[in-house]
Amino acid sequence: MSQFVINFLFVGASFALYIGIAIWARAGSTKEFYVAGGGVHPVLNGMATAADWMSAASFISMAGLIAAGGYANSSFLMGWTGGYVLLAMLLAPYLRKFGKYTVPDFIGDRFYSSGARLVAVACLIIASTTYVIGQMTGAGVAFSRFLEVSNDIGLLIAAVVVFLYAVLGGMKGITYTQVAQYVVLIIAYTIPAIYISLQLTDTFLPPIGLFSNHVESGIPLLEKLDQVVRELGFRDYTADVDNKLNMVLFTLSLMIGTAGLPHVIIRFFTVPKVADARWSAGWALVFIALLYLTAPAVASMARLNLLTTIYPNGPTEQPIGYAERPDWIKNWETTGLIKFQDKNGDGRIELYNDSPAFAATAAERGWNGNELSVNNDILVLANPEIANLPGWVVGLIAAGGLAAALSTAAGLLLAISSAVSHDLIKGTINPNISDRGELLAARISMGVAIAVATYLGMHPPGFAAQVVALAFGIAAASIFPALMMGIFSKRINNKGAIAGMLAGLGCTLVYIFLFLGWFFIPGTASYTNTPDNWLFGISPLSFGAIGAAINFIVAFTVSSMTEAPPKHIQDLVESVRYPQGAGRAVDH
Amino acid sequence: MSNPKSNAEKYWQANLRLILGCLVVWALASYGGAILLRPLLSSIHIGGTDLGFWFAQQGSMLVFIAITFFYAWRMNKLDKEFGLEE
Repeated sequence: MSQFVINFLFVGASFALYIGIAIWARAGSTKEFYVAGGGVHPVLNGMATAADWMSAASFISMAGLIAAGGYANSSFLMGWTGGYVLLAMLLAPYLRKFGKYTVPDFIGDRFYSSGARLVAVACLIIASTTYVIGQMTGAGVAFSRFLEVSNDIGLLIAAVVVFLYAVLGGMKGITYTQVAQYVVLIIAYTIPAIYISLQLTDTFLPPIGLFSNHVESGIPLLEKLDQVVRELGFRDYTADVDNKLNMVLFTLSLMIGTAGLPHVIIRFFTVPKVADARWSAGWALVFIALLYLTAPAVASMARLNLLTTIYPNGPTEQPIGYAERPDWIKNWETTGLIKFQDKNGDGRIELYNDSPAFAATAAERGWNGNELSVNNDILVLANPEIANLPGWVVGLIAAGGLAAALSTAAGLLLAISSAVSHDLIKGTINPNISDRGELLAARISMGVAIAVATYLGMHPPGFAAQVVALAFGIAAASIFPALMMGIFSKRINNKGAIAGMLAGLGCTLVYIFLFLGWFFIPGTASYTNTPDNWLFGISPLSFGAIGAAINFIVAFTVSSMTEAPPKHIQDLVESVRYPQGAGRAVDH
Repeated sequence: MSNPKSNAEKYWQANLRLILGCLVVWALASYGGAILLRPLLSSIHIGGTDLGFWFAQQGSMLVFIAITFFYAWRMNKLDKEFGLEE
């Protein structure tokens, strides 16, 4: 059976499963559409949250980022898990007690202001739309590589599948497909990792393999990796960073951004009780950690494997010839994600760090520049091929990557459509709309959102790489502080909250635009994006934490200068703090 | 006793204390052990590298899971102690 047929069977079987679940779990009311009827078991919700959260970025890109940056990129691991601790203690239980359907719902009610609600809707739509573009392009890449269709056709297939189960089933359909998608993606991620861990360290569990001895050389794996990368002029894999302030702020920005992403928060509205919301956050973290504890092992092992493939006799000996390159390099060259240029004309693949510090050694060895560029994103997808694993593992990876992209896309699309139908149409434009009318509006806005996301996926704006910074920056600087202050302070009033959100958001956007271009238009950046230009060495990606601090300070200052919130709002704050009397999500 | 606090107020104070404690552990594992204190801990070796690297790529996440479950367990117990459970 050819690899194409195997991939087709794995992907086809997983899609049939998702559509089957969608038909079984159709939504009949707005409550089922928005919060799955409020009856999802906390462990299942934890699993669905994990799939909702772990996107193409987690599945496809993260291990590649860690492989390239080593210790310095640990921020992604800590940031994208540590946010759940904040969510579990500072937001999820109280928002579940509040018991309505969307994040702007809480902000609008708590700050008794349709202005605040609209700011929240705008933040939600910008953050979620930018995020969904990445999922659609990720799905397109996976389709085009594994099913040999063009990128656009791949995207259309993905859009039709998401349309079927998200529009039909709403949150109910999405929840149960996400559970299935979690199972698919975690199996797909861990099986190749286990294989490689056994090959390299003779250890079954990859997280333990990471800190075990490398079988071939008998020294610890990380020590071996440090040696190999050092010989080729790269920074030591485990080397410490100089700019600790930036690493702290970057990690913090990812954490509060994670806790403030609306599509994750609304998942906690689907469990029956406040106590369940607390447990569910723990389970979500367990299911996420299964992948996040495996990722650093995959990162270091794949990097070592890659370098060993190029330098089979060790980094101080000659690399392999281009003519003898393995098949996986040929496969990925056709996608343009691996590029080779024989700069010194010796027919061999010289892969090393083209830095001034290494120039003397390179000249001595007759090298004329790094000849192989490998895109970080292919590391996980190519991992089974690099390690010569059987064909069915490759098919599994294809299905897993698609599951990660589609589950996150569906969650984001639901967050967008509920903000439009519930907060804009029912909350602002037509409060008297019937339940059936609102359900139809929700389905139509979901369809429109999918069409827009697909179009943007086919014609990605030039700033695709920067959008993640934007989504996390917005969530960290506007949504998280507003929600937290709404719960933990009775004194923050409508004016303070709006001023805080706008100030936090504004400063963050300006700082990002200064370095990445105004509105991401190429060539309009005021400063080149290098550490020398950054304010106190803080990168634009790390600024969300500062934006959040600005939001808190402005909100407190403005609130203390203006009148206290009315009595019924203070009572509302009281009521979200105590689980008693929550009951099921309130219809309204 | 001067100015006795209501049951609900005491519950909220207990929650705030618990959150604060958990956040201290959360920060120590990530910002402390994995980043700021890494140079101090560099003499403690583990699997070919130092303790700070382990915290950054493994330990912090294990601590996060422990904190989240501990908080859920403790709060769900407090709900009952104060008679505020659903």
